[in-house]
Amino acid sequence: MEKDKLIIEPSPHIKSGATTQKIMLMVIIALCPALIASVVIFGLRALIMTVLCCTCCVLFEWLSRKIMKRESTISDLSAIVTGMLLSFNLPVTLPFYMAVIGCFVAIVIVKQFFGGIGQNFANPAITARIVLMLSFTSYMTSWAEPFYYNSPGEIITTSTPLAGGEASLMDMFLGNTGGCLGETCALALIIGGVFLIVTKIISPATPLCFIGTVFVLALAGSGDITQATAAILSGGVMLGAFFMATDYATTPLTLPGKIIFGIGCGLITMLIRSFGTMPEGVSYSILLMNILTPIIDRFTVPKAFGEAKKRRARDDK
Amino acid sequence: MIVHKIHLPHSKNSAESETVTLPLPHRAVISTAQHVGAVCTPTVKVGDRVKIGDVIADSDAVMSAPVHASISGTVSEFTEVLHISGRNMPAIVIESDGLGEISDDIKPPVINSREDFLDAVRRSGSIGLGGAGFPTSMKLGFDPKEKQPDKLIINGAECEPYITSDYRCFIEEGEKVLDGALQIMKYLDIPDCIIGIEDNKPKAIAKMRELCASHPNVTVFPLKSSYPQGAEKTLIYSTTKRVVKEGTLPIACGCIVINSSTCAFISDYLKTGMPLVSRRITVDGNIVKKPANFIAAVGMSIGEIVYYAELCAEPDRIILGGPMMGSCAFELDYPLSKINNAVLLFNNSPVYKPTACIRCGRCVRACSMGLMPTAIETAFDLRDAKKLDALNVNLCVNCGACSFVCPAKRNLAEKNQLAKAFLREQANSIKGA
Repeated sequence: MEKDKLIIEPSPHIKSGATTQKIMLMVIIALCPALIASVVIFGLRALIMTVLCCTCCVLFEWLSRKIMKRESTISDLSAIVTGMLLSFNLPVTLPFYMAVIGCFVAIVIVKQFFGGIGQNFANPAITARIVLMLSFTSYMTSWAEPFYYNSPGEIITTSTPLAGGEASLMDMFLGNTGGCLGETCALALIIGGVFLIVTKIISPATPLCFIGTVFVLALAGSGDITQATAAILSGGVMLGAFFMATDYATTPLTLPGKIIFGIGCGLITMLIRSFGTMPEGVSYSILLMNILTPIIDRFTVPKAFGEAKKRRARDDK
Repeated sequence: MIVHKIHLPHSKNSAESETVTLPLPHRAVISTAQHVGAVCTPTVKVGDRVKIGDVIADSDAVMSAPVHASISGTVSEFTEVLHISGRNMPAIVIESDGLGEISDDIKPPVINSREDFLDAVRRSGSIGLGGAGFPTSMKLGFDPKEKQPDKLIINGAECEPYITSDYRCFIEEGEKVLDGALQIMKYLDIPDCIIGIEDNKPKAIAKMRELCASHPNVTVFPLKSSYPQGAEKTLIYSTTKRVVKEGTLPIACGCIVINSSTCAFISDYLKTGMPLVSRRITVDGNIVKKPANFIAAVGMSIGEIVYYAELCAEPDRIILGGPMMGSCAFELDYPLSKINNAVLLFNNSPVYKPTACIRCGRCVRACSMGLMPTAIETAFDLRDAKKLDALNVNLCVNCGACSFVCPAKRNLAEKNQLAKAFLREQANSIKGA
């Protein structure tokens, strides 16, 4: 037998079945209920928007890796996740070219400029949404009436419950209200989120702390359980808490870190909603907490087993 | 305190096949580096005639154990064997005379005191048979004035997949394991003994419980089957809730941990005086037709041993030891060492290409020592010694759980080892300056 035929590798010699691609696939599956809900609520244009965003994200990722002469990473499916999340954060009526700009910002500027998957410090979809919000404010804040496609003629716009629109709790739970195409149906998002928690893709800590903080603060502010429930069902809280605040690359590694992150997100969301000029603050809260993530990570280094003296990574330098 | 563990496939395919003692080989290549510690110096010359049990290499260092001839015959040459550390180690080649004669010096040791006992353990050539290869005399040779342990822990966890050599030892020689433990307790004044066995080995637990029924100070402790349950610090914590502090030995918290097969060997040696010249080894893997345990002479070629388990294809990966902590062999014709508890042969074994870290945190949740492998990797890539020290990389036991769970297939465990070596280098250069 020839020696060079043998594989020589450091231990361990067996690996678990988990791969980046499988994890991303699970997230895509978890986003599907919300996608179906969005098509039911906002019609075929929601599906077209999602497919467009995914296609553009994959294309931009492939192109930027090609130009940078780096190995293609489109097979890890992370670009599709970004595309889906971005489209979920857009009003269904948004002109398609604006969505393409959003994809460019998300993939090229936020993700690839910082080194690609795992290296970006900010959530690509959230940042792209904020860029679009600031660039095309009126388009980004005109919300189509649910089931508008049933009424022929022009698109009827409505306001979201956060911006003074009227909606019952049941309507908000099922998504029968104005809003971004993927964020209105809390039920579908919870199904997806629970799926991710059960399959151990995400930790329940972040979404629970995020939603819990929003609920408690709304309850403390209004003293009304209906309003507090409305606060967690409206806007992007469910989408943000389950799918954006749990993004691996841009959130803390450890459990205490995740708890701090979730509470911070809830706090900033409520501060913006109550005192800011904007009706919604989920995306800003997540972006701000993304920026704090390296600091949270530094302060939440787990205590090692039998550690000799209390040393922390923050004590360096 | 939470000690993280992971779940692995057990793959104990050889568990139910009885151990077969293999015939003595025609040739034995016996490395002088059989254990952790000082390499032994040959005490024989080319042309010398040796019998089974004759000392052929020894060292004055405390951290060592003598090496004995495993077959009778003539020392034909001195050669070198590529050690798993990557260095070549001197080895003694014995050509068999086919007689299998036993040395005249083999007689049961006379033991009247603690010193006699430790001396006998040293002369037996005993080392940790679980795979780490720590000289047993070193482990037992503590200073009772400094710290007297109160718990002897017998490590029968065998948490690595595939390996069943300790399990077969319990089933076939459970009496010896118990006797060995009792002897150690007697001569070293250790009042209590805990035999830790993972609960995926119910037969071994039942057998040992039966044997220990008449010994109230020996308890059988069923451990949850998870990895790395058999790692020394993890085992001590699982059985006694004691924590081994960084930079100290288990003795500091009153525990001595001995592998179950080592215990059985000590019992054997005290009765017969036959030193460690053969050992039980599991042969398994996806190309092994008959996964089994064999008792083979130290120095026998691995290729010769696996022949008895029948291979159905050419291996592309040979692992000495378990799949989690074992090392890849460079060739099939590799001599059996005292520390090899298994040889695993695979073909079409997957080779993964590392991709970018996605910061999923699985390695952090998998680490039994509570470390952050992904952060250690980043710090090592930057050669940031201060940060590596702050991240406690020296606590890493190289169990491989982080690499196992990593979805990006990064070699985190390897980076931890490189980081530890880097810190040692740094410390040495500071001392030197």
